[in-house]
Amino acid sequence: MMESASSGLLEAVAAATASALHEAETSLPADVNAAIGRALEREQDPTARAQLENIRENIRYAGERGLPLCQDTGVPVVYLTLPPSVPATADLYEAVAEGVRRATAEVPLRPNVVDPLTRENTKDNTGGGMPTIHVRPGEELTVTVLPKGAGAENCSRIAMLLPSQKGEIARFVAETMLLAGGKPCPPVVLGVGIGATFDGAAALAKEALLLSIDEMDPFEQDLCDAVNALGIGPMGLGGAVTALAVKVKRGHCHTASLPVAVNVQCWASRRATRKVEVEQWT
Amino acid sequence: MDLTTPLGDEVLDLRAGDAVTLSGTVYTARDEAHLRMMEEGIPFDPVGAAVYHCGPVIRDRKEVVAAGPTTSARMNALSGFLLDAGVRALVGKGGMDERVRDELRGRGVYLAFTGGCAALAAARMQVKGVSFEDLGMAEAVWEIELDHLPLIVGIDAHGGDLFEAVRQKAKLQFDQQFNSYKGPGL
Repeated sequence: MMESASSGLLEAVAAATASALHEAETSLPADVNAAIGRALEREQDPTARAQLENIRENIRYAGERGLPLCQDTGVPVVYLTLPPSVPATADLYEAVAEGVRRATAEVPLRPNVVDPLTRENTKDNTGGGMPTIHVRPGEELTVTVLPKGAGAENCSRIAMLLPSQKGEIARFVAETMLLAGGKPCPPVVLGVGIGATFDGAAALAKEALLLSIDEMDPFEQDLCDAVNALGIGPMGLGGAVTALAVKVKRGHCHTASLPVAVNVQCWASRRATRKVEVEQWT
Repeated sequence: MDLTTPLGDEVLDLRAGDAVTLSGTVYTARDEAHLRMMEEGIPFDPVGAAVYHCGPVIRDRKEVVAAGPTTSARMNALSGFLLDAGVRALVGKGGMDERVRDELRGRGVYLAFTGGCAALAAARMQVKGVSFEDLGMAEAVWEIELDHLPLIVGIDAHGGDLFEAVRQKAKLQFDQQFNSYKGPGL
């Protein structure tokens, strides 16, 4: 009964996932575009400016042709909010995976998902634990996708700091970027997760990448300034803008713990959300 | 400077930080292709060639959909044999290490393209052929015709390395900013 009642909804979730992936892969959110524009206003160095000009031209080409911004179309990270009437069933997870498979064929996306040890490619960007799906209760059914490329993801780090080391958070964030250099395709967006547990801090860091980068609070601005002072610049070739923004999400943690995670995101800070109407099927 | 393959001694005049364009034939190669070439030989004429660190999205084996650079540092230990065989330019992103810097001395350059600019690159590319296709789309060696791809000389043939210069300045700045740190755990 559940299956027939919800089949239309599952199809809508698959379609919403594919549609959100299509948007995220081929265009940047307005806040990220605006931040790249501000970076160009700040940069004086001709090499740094050339990188940002290429990025802007690339965004324009991708938009005009409806093609991926980057050949690393990433692995899909998906965030669902579910209203009380929609249970988090295996069918729902499968609907999201179906959306990923459709987008892989239709956008098209590079098949990036492999077995971690045999390195065998599944060819459709799904697999064990992939897409990664995070479910939260909400008032509406929404599907948010965050395709994550490996160049930036591989530069991410986590530290289990001591409770007395909260003053060292800026050092850890800046050190993460010092080690990364040009590899994660700066100017980056850094998602910082502070608190929770070992795994929770990493999840918070990634969720921070879903926040608008139009504004930073004073703490985020301090972290961003510390990173930009390094002078790594666009693509690691030097310049004023290494980070477009630093965004922080916090969770409460054990009194003996201070987990800090930095999730590095390239300039192509891709994300998109679709709302799915629920009433007509329930 | 406008460069065209096959490249010759003109690349020796370049200095780290110079802006150039590259036209002519380039060959894509990532980790797996390098390993295969070391075992089975280079499937193209390496003399004066340019090797592009890239795993493209190709439609129907003929249309370049997206072809930005991949992280070159993964190929640090895998590039010497190409330069020995006459390859004059490595193209990628993020820079390479001191081993490659030494291997490039007197014979070639590392050219940096803007990471993520896959659509911009694709608009200036045509597929001419492919080798090692069994490695899969991203790892195969694609023969691609380039039309004025805008690049920055990252490492020149004289030991100049823009990435390393930026890294050293960043390290100095970092040490100044955080020199009071004494605690464990990092």
